[in-house]
Amino acid sequence: GKTRALDPMLKKRDDFEDILEERRNSSDLKYALRCYTPVLYKGVTPCTSSMLKSMVLQSDQLHYVINQVSKETGKATDDIKEEASAILEEMAQCLQLSTVRFFAFTLSKAFKTLFRSICVNEDGIQRLQQAIQEHPVVLLPSHRSYMDFLLMSYILYTYDVALPVIAAGMDFMGMKFVGEMLRMSGAFFIRRSFGGDKLYWALFSEYVKTMLKNGFAPVEFFLEGTRSRTSKSLTPKLGLLNIVMDPFLKGEVFDVNVVPVSISYERVLEETLYARELLGIPKPKESTSGLFKARKILSEDYGSIHVYFGQPVSVRSLAQGKVNRCQFNLVPRHIPRRPSEDIASFVNDSAYRLVRAQEENMVLKPWVLVASLLLQYHHQNQAAGQKRGIALGELTAQAVWLRDLSRQYGAFLHWPDHIPPSEVVSSSLTLHRGLVRICEDKVQLAVEQGFSVAPEEELLSQAVILLSCASYRNQALHVFVRPALLALAIHTASSNQKQEVFNSFSFLRNMFSNEFILCPGATVQDFEEACYLLVKTGALQFTQQEVLVTERGHRTLAFLSTMLDPFLQGYQVVCRFLCEEATETLTEKQFIPAVRKFIKKLLLAGRLRYMEVLSSDLQKNSLAALLRLGAVRKMKGTPE
Amino acid sequence: MPKYTKPPSHLQEILKWNGWGYSDTRFLFNKKGQAEFTGKRYRLSGMIIPALQNWFEGTFGASVQHKSPAMPILTSSAVQPPTLNEAFVDELKSTGIPCSHDAEDRVFRGHGHCLHEVFALREGKVGRVPDIVVWPNCHNDVVKIVELACKHNVCLIPYGGGTSVSSALECPPEETRCIVSLDTSQMNRILWIDEKNLTAHVEAGIVGQELERLLNESGYCTGHEPDSMEFSSLGGWVATRASGMKKNIYGNIEDLVVHVKMVTPQGVIEKGCQCPRMSTGPDIHHFIMGSEGTLGVVTEVTMKIRPMPEYQKYGSVVFPNFEQGVACLREVAKQRCAPASIRLMDNEQFKFGHALKPQVSSIFTSFLDGLKKFYITKFKGFDPDRLCVATLLFEGDREKVLQHEKQVYDIAAKFGGLAAGEDNGQRGYMLTFVIAYLRDLGMDYYVIGESFETSVPWDRVLDICRNVKARIIQECKDKGVQFSPLSTCRVTQTYDAGACVYFYFAFNYRGLSDPVHVYEQVEHAAREEILANGGSLSHHHGVGKLRKEWMRETISDVGMGMLKSVKNYVDPKNIFGNRNLI
Repeated sequence: GKTRALDPMLKKRDDFEDILEERRNSSDLKYALRCYTPVLYKGVTPCTSSMLKSMVLQSDQLHYVINQVSKETGKATDDIKEEASAILEEMAQCLQLSTVRFFAFTLSKAFKTLFRSICVNEDGIQRLQQAIQEHPVVLLPSHRSYMDFLLMSYILYTYDVALPVIAAGMDFMGMKFVGEMLRMSGAFFIRRSFGGDKLYWALFSEYVKTMLKNGFAPVEFFLEGTRSRTSKSLTPKLGLLNIVMDPFLKGEVFDVNVVPVSISYERVLEETLYARELLGIPKPKESTSGLFKARKILSEDYGSIHVYFGQPVSVRSLAQGKVNRCQFNLVPRHIPRRPSEDIASFVNDSAYRLVRAQEENMVLKPWVLVASLLLQYHHQNQAAGQKRGIALGELTAQAVWLRDLSRQYGAFLHWPDHIPPSEVVSSSLTLHRGLVRICEDKVQLAVEQGFSVAPEEELLSQAVILLSCASYRNQALHVFVRPALLALAIHTASSNQKQEVFNSFSFLRNMFSNEFILCPGATVQDFEEACYLLVKTGALQFTQQEVLVTERGHRTLAFLSTMLDPFLQGYQVVCRFLCEEATETLTEKQFIPAVRKFIKKLLLAGRLRYMEVLSSDLQKNSLAALLRLGAVRKMKGTPE
Repeated sequence: MPKYTKPPSHLQEILKWNGWGYSDTRFLFNKKGQAEFTGKRYRLSGMIIPALQNWFEGTFGASVQHKSPAMPILTSSAVQPPTLNEAFVDELKSTGIPCSHDAEDRVFRGHGHCLHEVFALREGKVGRVPDIVVWPNCHNDVVKIVELACKHNVCLIPYGGGTSVSSALECPPEETRCIVSLDTSQMNRILWIDEKNLTAHVEAGIVGQELERLLNESGYCTGHEPDSMEFSSLGGWVATRASGMKKNIYGNIEDLVVHVKMVTPQGVIEKGCQCPRMSTGPDIHHFIMGSEGTLGVVTEVTMKIRPMPEYQKYGSVVFPNFEQGVACLREVAKQRCAPASIRLMDNEQFKFGHALKPQVSSIFTSFLDGLKKFYITKFKGFDPDRLCVATLLFEGDREKVLQHEKQVYDIAAKFGGLAAGEDNGQRGYMLTFVIAYLRDLGMDYYVIGESFETSVPWDRVLDICRNVKARIIQECKDKGVQFSPLSTCRVTQTYDAGACVYFYFAFNYRGLSDPVHVYEQVEHAAREEILANGGSLSHHHGVGKLRKEWMRETISDVGMGMLKSVKNYVDPKNIFGNRNLI
């Protein structure tokens, strides 16, 4: 019963097919020009992009909001209508098959040079096909790279699946030509922030809903809102999810199918770019020329990509028993209203479930384990003052141990079992040679020391390597985070009493809930899952009252709690900063530079172990956590 | 043994005991496998319906080879002996009011026409039924009966035509008192007609078709034509807030009633005048209408009457799809030019209607039919799997009808509607009366089904139709129904602010161990879906016991409190103990 449901070993996953294989054996041109006849949502009436726009502008919602805005601002409704039309012009996609074909051709060329393979679970594609016919579909890919949405459309084109329309950030529009190309391949553009702009919000939500309801195309967006720079899943953003669930909640469609998609890159194209960004090293602005400068990228080997189309999730079944749909009975449905409490918490819970569904099907490469081990080794050695690296044989042995552990925890690990482990580890190291150095059979991170004159510069260049490595470790965090929190809880609890351990677990989990994907209100389930995994793998034993670490459990628990150490230190140092330095009120803008300066000082003085604490992501998350916990207060307006 | 006297006229004798309607009238598949409609009572009677078998087998995956016949007769051993309150019975007999405790009489009045009720009867299963049936002949008889019931603490359940589809006639199994079925069928006279005010004062037991027939003799009609009018009674209409097909001209029951007399445990309730409208606090008629037999027995009603219409004309319009059809009905309602009746069937019902076409006598008619079909599906580019049809009935003086007809057809044309002839329209309305017989045919071949209704604001009509139909299909699948169900709907009434929607749903239950339970689960889910889509708990069928669980959310806590306090005042001992509504 219950244990079965918990057992991650029982997770069934589909097999992958490499779609590049066929590309390497047949003509790209033929492929780009082939007959493309996707199956559409049943009963869909064909409709052009311009028809869509006029449907939006003529909708009851828009009429209502335009009149409202007119009353509030005194502007003539005709002027507002014109404004609306212009906004929609700026926003709307205009999907064209010719552009898609162009991308099909060029991306084939690019993908073949960049990647060894692009693996897709075909069963997932079939489920998606089925889902598209039955109900409007929302595609929710994970977001780790600019590549993601082109890759998604490329795959769907390959499998003759309906091409999606994609919500993209306005920053793409900065790249003139590329922006228009993307628009023609199905992207529609949204401003990053439009908080109080009623008209914009109405246009945007109505536009998305219209496409969804009419089965015009699957709607695709990124639940995480932006690319994760750390490879950790980001706390989901709820705006778009609210919008796409709305037609179901209001009864405008029978159901909506939501399909989480997990895109795992063996090597992320933006690897060092992200690290620099997190460290506050100015980045080149996103521009077309910038993208083409990235040509040098084309000469490198980025390994393989795994794209896993998850089980379609019916919004209707998600909402069963959680939302009372009768709440829309008493006010015309086109009048915009703030979501009720039950809907807000339903959407939030669903968002977390969907992000976890993405995480679960993320493919982990052996390198993720190797990087985790190398990072821990690096910090231990550094603390001991050694700089010699770890022997390849020992690294392999440890990696095999970690492989088995992560499999027991249900990781979707792609470790080729037919190849000797030492070769698996070596080839991982080769692919990521920018991050590691092998010297006389000893492996260590490629952290150069003592070469640069300026200590701060040296610190930053080391931090780039460490953060890049950490981003690979982060890929595995969702597998380990619950047992790791328990390991840390046992470590920090004042006694072995179960209740004490739980309290400590609960505190840590609460503390880190901006950092990792931990479903709101699921403390007990998470605790049970962690206990189950650690007991099952023989690391823990439970007596009536106590939690006991077994003989062999020490190694596991040490590894797990060390995994969270950098985060712990990060939160500690932010607290220290707030106590020691931030005596006056701090504006949000000042916070990151100030805390960064503070941390650099401590690092240079050798008083901090983890360079990762320089990551602005960690700093922002810890501030958000402290805000949430009421340790820090946010005030509106200018201080003094 | 006490001696009972039965009343002289007895509709029961010509009706089925375990199915719908007249005993001589039923659908059957003859030896050639062709469907036939027996009897002589309807236009379709005695005809062969060649396409029905194909439609039936194709739609349900059923086969005329696989029969599931009903038990032919009721075995009286299946009926529990009556719990008689001897003191009550003795006093009742002394009044001379006819009564009976025959098993057959009791069983006949122990059910309505919900699927589970008829299904159980077909299997020969009988649950708690009334212990005694009593036939009052007039208002005063009812007063006596109610007084005796109060005196001896017996439970009274009023019975009119027995056409309830809300479990309203089911005896509460927890009732331990003697249950008396108060059958109003002998109170079936028109007491007077007032031509100055155009009203008629009628006893509440009269059955719809009889009322119309008698009024017609004097050149009048009420115009109140619920689909059940052959069997349902005036008192039943008042007690359930009935609605008639031609309400656009004549109004629903609440518009037709001028005065009501009801006998309650506290005495008789009625207004002191017969005025068209009053401002005298909440209208007491609205405590009576929809009370579903929980407060008392309606005995006499003054109803509005109208001169019989000079001219009637049927009509029909084919639309390319349901959306256009609904848009047209909405526009007709907006312009307040709805004909006496306007109904819109969805595509599935359109096909069903086609399957019910009787064998045509002349080659010429079928040739015309073929031409029409060709014209609609090919010429106009209508997709036969999406088109839908509206049926129309116009009434009034000839000139106005023709004018009205043109106006409606002009509106229809704006929504792509194409006039499709009088025949199609007339057949549509005829089907209303025979469709209930079809359920019995289905049950002979492992197919069970039911219809249920709701009312809904205009902006949600399309959504509710789509979602409820889809929900039915999904629930059938989830509950293990092996064959895809028939799930179809039609818009049957239009109002200023919304419409009445009827859903029909049926499935082949072969392979299911408890088909009725599955059926009930699906219907329950469908009702939840209706409510979640802004539909009402009921437009005219009422609540009964079947939909009671949703009353609180429908009328709020305070609303429930108000109804309960009325019940507590009027009937503190729960003499009218059918436990409907609240």
